[in-house]
Amino acid sequence: MHRTKVKVIEDALDANTTIANANRDDFDRHSVTVVNLMSAPGAGKTTLLQRVLKDMKGVRVGVVEGDVQGSLDADRLAHLHIPVVQINTDSGFGGECHLDANMVRSALRSLPLDEIDLLIIENVGNLVCPAEFKVGEDIRIMVASVTEGEDKPVKYPLMFRACELVIVNKVDLLPYLDFDLELFNHHLDGVHPDVPRMFVSAKTGEGMEGLRDWFVELASKRTAGAAN
Amino acid sequence: MHELSLSSAILATAEKHAAGRPIRVVTVHVGKLRQVVPDSLSFYFEVVTRGTPCEGAKLELEIIPALLRCESCENEWEPDFPTFRCPFCVNGKVKVLSGEEFQVESIEVEEDEHAPNQG
Repeated sequence: MHRTKVKVIEDALDANTTIANANRDDFDRHSVTVVNLMSAPGAGKTTLLQRVLKDMKGVRVGVVEGDVQGSLDADRLAHLHIPVVQINTDSGFGGECHLDANMVRSALRSLPLDEIDLLIIENVGNLVCPAEFKVGEDIRIMVASVTEGEDKPVKYPLMFRACELVIVNKVDLLPYLDFDLELFNHHLDGVHPDVPRMFVSAKTGEGMEGLRDWFVELASKRTAGAAN
Repeated sequence: MHELSLSSAILATAEKHAAGRPIRVVTVHVGKLRQVVPDSLSFYFEVVTRGTPCEGAKLELEIIPALLRCESCENEWEPDFPTFRCPFCVNGKVKVLSGEEFQVESIEVEEDEHAPNQG
């Protein structure tokens, strides 16, 4: 017996990327724009969706809900009468802390992609892991809430870098908190200079109109592209 | 927690290249900008490799420093704090030259000298 060194030089997440690309091909074929919505637990992703998806001005929306257990989030969106698929990640060892491309692939079978313009994938609440696993999305949005503290961008830089939009939620609570918005912006600027950001309250509705318009425009870009 | 998934991904990549041969060492490059905890990765690697051709294999992690380049003034620097704005001209458009790797570089496998198809 002797040892041989074998050169590999391969991204360890290649398998995930391959499946993410397959998802992407399916989304492209059906002209679906896909958003990967990420945040810490409790930042208000589902409340945000409940509010913003009420009137999407003709854009047909579908949602994939990722949670370790249960269907509470999917149930909360039932009143919107849109296609919602719940993925539970608890079949793994203690429950995976993120969605990966394969989990999303398994949800595609239950989604009428031909009837969806904009698919929002609500990832498992977590500030580290979802950033590592692409699922075939066009856009990543990071939701940060002001109750989490202004230092989060520098503590979890990967999440705040791996996104094209940062939504700061719960701004109605600012008068009651020590949260320093200027310092948050400063930290965010250091980690992801010039990333677009929106300041909203899913509870009071502040900023919701702007976010809705942003989603509608995002979906119409794809539709316009497909028509050409 | 995602070190469990990452360990499984390393194992799958290593096994693919081992062609059934027992694996003794797996060398992985981990960029400093990845949020990977080396101790946690080693722990889970041991867990996921039990009962596989990788069982008992040593996981060698090489941490790759972060290197950034400003797209405006073209200066390069190694950030020690997670800041991605150019310290020379304050431009925000920065290219990551290294530090985002998560790559299996090589494996060391046991060869059976009498086997006809050794590589």
